[in-house]
Parts: sequence; C-alpha cells; structure tokens
Amino acid sequence: MKTLTLRASVITVLVSVGLILVGLAVGQRVEMLPVQASVNAPVYDELFRVLFSIGTMLFLGICGLLVYSLVRFRRQAGDFGDGAAIEGNLPLEIVWTAIPAVVVLFVGLYSYNIYERMGGMAPLADHSVMHAMPASDPDNGDRVWGGISTVSGETADLTVDVTALQFAFIFHYPEGNITTGELHVPEGERVELRMKANDVIHAFWVPQFRIKQDIIPGQPTVLTFTANRPGTYPIICAELCGPYHGGMRTSVVVHDRGAFDQWLTKNTPPVA
Amino acid sequence: MESTSELPVSLIPNHGSWLRYLSFSLDHKVVGIQYLVTGFLFYLVGGALAGMIRTELATPISDYLSREVYNEVLTMHGTIMIFLWIVPVVNGAFGNYLIPFYVGARDMAFPRLNAVAFWMIPPAGLLLIASFFIGGASQSGWTAYPPLSLRTPALGQLIWIFSVLLLGGSSILGGINFIVTILKLRRPGLKMMQLPMYCWAMLGTSILVVLSTPVLAGTLVMLAFDIVAHTGFFNPAIGGNAVVYQHLFWFYSHPAVYIMVLPAFGLVSEILPVHARKPLFGYTTMVYSILAIVFLGLIVWAHHMFTSGTPPWMRLFFTIATSFIAVPTGIKFFNWLATLWGGKIALNSAMLFACAFIINFVLGGITGVALAQVPFDIHVHDTYFVVAHFHYIVYGGTVFIIFSSIYHWYPKITGRMLNEPMGIIHFVFTFVGFNLCFGPQHWLGMNGMPRRVSEYDPQFTLMNQISSVGALLMALSTLPFLINVFHSAWRGRVAGDNPWRALTPEWLTSSPPPVENWNGPAPHVEHPYGYGLVETTP
Repeated sequence: MKTLTLRASVITVLVSVGLILVGLAVGQRVEMLPVQASVNAPVYDELFRVLFSIGTMLFLGICGLLVYSLVRFRRQAGDFGDGAAIEGNLPLEIVWTAIPAVVVLFVGLYSYNIYERMGGMAPLADHSVMHAMPASDPDNGDRVWGGISTVSGETADLTVDVTALQFAFIFHYPEGNITTGELHVPEGERVELRMKANDVIHAFWVPQFRIKQDIIPGQPTVLTFTANRPGTYPIICAELCGPYHGGMRTSVVVHDRGAFDQWLTKNTPPVA
Repeated sequence: MESTSELPVSLIPNHGSWLRYLSFSLDHKVVGIQYLVTGFLFYLVGGALAGMIRTELATPISDYLSREVYNEVLTMHGTIMIFLWIVPVVNGAFGNYLIPFYVGARDMAFPRLNAVAFWMIPPAGLLLIASFFIGGASQSGWTAYPPLSLRTPALGQLIWIFSVLLLGGSSILGGINFIVTILKLRRPGLKMMQLPMYCWAMLGTSILVVLSTPVLAGTLVMLAFDIVAHTGFFNPAIGGNAVVYQHLFWFYSHPAVYIMVLPAFGLVSEILPVHARKPLFGYTTMVYSILAIVFLGLIVWAHHMFTSGTPPWMRLFFTIATSFIAVPTGIKFFNWLATLWGGKIALNSAMLFACAFIINFVLGGITGVALAQVPFDIHVHDTYFVVAHFHYIVYGGTVFIIFSSIYHWYPKITGRMLNEPMGIIHFVFTFVGFNLCFGPQHWLGMNGMPRRVSEYDPQFTLMNQISSVGALLMALSTLPFLINVFHSAWRGRVAGDNPWRALTPEWLTSSPPPVENWNGPAPHVEHPYGYGLVETTP
C-alpha cells in the first residue's frame, strides 16, 4: 500500500510537470491574434500568452483526468456493486481550493501589472462618471477617460476629434481643419482621440491596436494610442447601434512622419 | 396541506388525463412538466431564430434577412433562450418536479402561487413572438441598451419590456416558493445538511432571483417611461445617463447567469453519484461553494462594462471579484471529478451529457477568467469571443445538463426508459455540432469580428461557415431526441420504480409517482448519496 502511494505521488508529480511544460510550450507558440500595430499590442499579447498557457494546463489536466476516470472506472457488465464509499477528503479539498486561489491571485496581479504598463491605471482628472455632461460642449475638458493608453498628464502629439453617428465615424483634425471619414495617424506618435456621439452608443475598435472604447452620448470619452507599424487597419464599431451596425467600418492609415505631413498638407483646406 | 390532499384522487380535475397538463394544476409534478414542455417549445423557436442568424452569417454580406429583421431575430433569440427556455426549465421544471421530493413534502409551499407563476409564462412568450407580426419585434438586443432602445420602433420595445416584466414576475414568485419550501416544508427530522445538493443550488439561485430580479423590473419600468412618457432617466438628449442603465441592467443580468448555471450545478451533483455509484465528494465544501458563488455573483456586474468609461478603481475591483468566482467554481469541478474517481461508471446518455458539460464548462470558465481581466477584455469585449464564451457557459453548460437531466429523470416522469442508442446519437450530434459552432467563434472575436452584425469582413467567411455547419448539426440533433421522447413514451422499456438504483427520495416511490408523491409517509433519507454505505434497493 505504501509503495502504491509513493508510485501514485510520483506519477502525479510527473503528470503535473508535464502539463506545466506543455502549457508553457503551447502558450509560447500560439498565434491567434491579428498583427501587432500599436505600442499596446505586444503587452496585450504577452498577457494573452500567459492566460493561454494557464488555460491549456487546466483544460488538459481536467479533461485528461475526466477521460481517464471514464475509461479506468467504467462499470463492467453485470457489476451492480458500488464504488468506494469516499465522501470527502479535507486535505485534498483544501489543496484544490488553494490551487485556483493562487492561480487567480497570480493572474489578477499579473493583469494589474499589464494594465499599468498599458497606462490603464493613470489617475483620472474627473472621477464623477455618474453625472451627465452636456454633449454639446466637447471642449469642456470634463471627458471620461477611455481605458487603456491614457494620456497620463503628457500632452498628445496629435489630437483628433471623433464623432460617431449612425453609421459612420467622422474624424476632425483641429490642426489643419481637416474633416475625413478615414483616420490618418503618424507612426510612433501619441494620438489622442476625443470622442463623442449624439445618437446612440457606438464603440471604436481597432483589433490590430488591441484597443476599444465605447462612444457614449452625453459622456464624451478620450482614447489614446501610439501606432507603430505603417499600414491600413480596420476601425470597427463594436456596439450594436442599429440596422447598419455591421456596416459601420472604416480604416485607420498609419503613415511614417513624412507621409503623414504630406497627407496633412495636401488635405488642409486653403484659408479663405 | 392543499385542497387536493383532502379530495379523493378521482375527484381531482382531469386526474390521469393529459388534459391536466393544460389546466391550472396545483400538483408540483404537473407544473414541473408544464414548465419543461413549454420551455422546450420555446427552445425550438429560439433555435429556429439561431438558425436564421447562422444562415445570414454563412456569407459575409447581408443577403438573407433585412437588416432590421436580423436585429429583431438576434434580440428575440437571446430573450427567448434565456427567459423562456433556460431559466424556466432549469429552475421551474426541475425545481418544481424535484424539490418537494427532496424535502419530503407532498407539494410546494404555495401550490396556487406555483400555478400562477407557470401560467404567466405562455402569455409572455406568445406576446413576445406576436410582436414579430404586429409592427416588428424589439431590435435593440436582449440587453436593450438606451439610447438605441429609445430610438428603435417603440411598439416592439414596449412589448419586449412588458413580456420580460411578466417573466421576471413569474421568476420571483417561483423563487419565493422555492425558498419557503426548502426552509419550511422539510419533513420533520430532515436537516439542511442532509438535503440533496440540488436543494442547496435552488436555495442559492432563488436568493439571487429574489434579490436581483426586482432591480431589472424597476429598470425596465424606467425604460418604458422614457419611451412612452418621454422621461429622461436614460436619455442623454434630455440630461439622462445611458451608463446608469447598464449598471442596473447587469446588476440583474450577471446574477442571471448564475440563475442559469447554479441549478445545473445542482442537477449534475444528483446525476454523477447515481451513475458512478459513489457518494458525492465533499458535500460540505459543495454547499459553501454555492453560497460563495451567490455572494460573489452579486458583486461582479460591472465586468460587462469595462469599455463603458468606468473608472479604474471600479475596473480593478470587478476584475478581482470576478476572478475569485473561479475558486468556488473550481472546487465544484474538482469535487465532481473526485466523485467519478474510483466509481463504477455507467457511460449512458445521461452521463455522456454530464461529462461533456464538465468539458464545455471548463473551457467557458477559462475564457471567463480571461475576460474578467480588464486589459484582456478591452480587445475582445462585444466580439464573437464573448458570444463563444457565453454559449460555452449556457449551452455547453446548462443546456447539456438539461438534456442529461431529461435522460436521467424521464423514467421517473413517464415510467419508461429512453432508448440508449438514440440517446448516444443525440449526444454525438449535439457535442460535435456545439463545438463546431462555437469553437471557431473564439478566433473570430479575437481577430476582428464584432457581435450582432449581419455582415463581416470576407476573411472571416470560412470560420463562419464552419460555425454554421455546427449550428446545422445542433438543429439536426433535436430530431433523434424528439423521436426518442415520443417513441419511448409509448414503446419504451418499462422502467420500474428505481431503474438507476438511486438513493434520493424521488426514486423511493412508483414511476410515475402518485399525486401525493408517496403512498404512505415520506421516507426519511439521511444519506442521499450513501452509495457503498447503505443498502440500495435491487
């Protein structure tokens, strides 16, 4: 009996180590996310890999144990007896309370760290999100902070006013007085979107930037990001906004600085 | 107790006739079956709507339904599946059928209230479906976020509100009835810690129902005022706040997820020990983990709002609270695995669905913990990743357990066994179809497909077509199930009183049970899971 327990312990340890290694290996290799096109994206993907590793370990472990039990402990034909009358095992139950608790605590602290690196925990200018603000006054400085990649005191290199409406995004560049349906931004510079909606809730999402923010009538929001890979990426509305919600898409074009300046000059309307 | 107990059986209206299922019956077993059959009919309607969604999404352009109708369909699919299929069946159907047996009572505490609660459901459901044909159904999603819900056609939205209010009312009446029955109607000498686990699950669920459903009701009344009386609770154009609605809505609708899964946790705790011939492992920790889930379930709602401009401290708090639900949930899963370990497992249809539930729910739980993390959530919020996660929880979790429960209790309800090979065909189609349908949606969401769209980027066509094929398999899986249920009702092998040699009280009577549940006194079951400890009837 004693040797059996020892053997069982060794097998348990070996299987656990194997699971951890497989989980880590899978997490490092998994390629499921779109191209990384913002400073934010690699940080996000790091979190994704860690979550994927832990998820793989738990999923394979639990499903493996389940399938093994179903095969090993299947009832033989004609056997009408009962299994071992074990009603519980307190040390074991404490262990499997502790394991998820530790995992969850680790994931929580780690994602907090990730969130901080994304600029998510930067102090808010205004905590009073519960009071309504007049939507007609976009420049009152009383905007609700937009989650990830916040400005955190620094001024942005480029500010763009975004108006979302059924079923389009309109971008206005105060610098140059340009109004366009397609967002153009320079590579490697901090862009601040000052977003408002007048009809229903919309959401600004660029999968390649890993950012999303609701655009809420009566509650203007700010979203900042730094794109770092030239190219054209989709901007998608991610909040049901009416019949043409699925068609509410446009593009963000990331230029290098020179090309962006050219675009800016070319599109600036002549001063009357 | 109730008037039925004083009447000779022959004087009970429609006794023994199928007409009793269409009557205002006070028999908890009849009410349970009324819930089950009604819920299943609505499941077929909700499933047909899901089929329309998957047909539209088989191609990247919006070419099958008009855009307005597509939004009506997705709204009705969500509303019907949640409020008319899962909640009524997993609570009302099995709760009403089983709880009086489990507490050793002859009926629920308030049989008339019970019948009233059930009979609120068919009119609410018919009203909801009728809205399609009188001016169009609601188009604002099952979440009905304002200001969209204030701007879509008012009639459909108002019918939706009224219907959900009726269903919520039915749910509250049922919840009160379960709480009183479990706490006050126990057979003398039966202790709380001797109750089958489903009683604890229903006690926890009913507490959630009673605490949170009134909040939804109040919110929807305010929304109705905004629509008909042009008040400005949630209308930013006249000084209201749209985000407050989201807080109030999710204060009910997150607990609603536990209202849908906790009873399933209870049911699977009844099914596994019987077919594994082992006591339920860790009864006491199971009870406390249910209570912990109830408590935590009430303080996690804002994780649905991480992109709604919520402040950072709020995001942090809700991330931590949500993540910690994984601890009591994890305990339950490990305890179920330990229940199987060392058992003598009969891998029948009930058991296949129960074990597949474990696999599906673990995957849904893992994506759930990931979604609780603010930085992870912000990218995938409102995408198909969430659609996949949610369906792994409520379909892969709860609906699999509903089917498992039907295979398990059908012999008790009808006195006949369901056909096993047909059950296995049903299981294989459901399991393969389900995973084909919802597995690829994780990838779709992460790569840029938002939810609730009728058109999408053509690069997502293949994955959507795989998903639609899965949905077709799920639809087909209903056929062997229906054939089995109807065929077995007349031709099935006679089950006898206790075909599974189970120990819980509903099996210690005839199949189907008599009107008063037992001829003679209610049995005193001290060890509902005493496999290997007490003698089972052969």
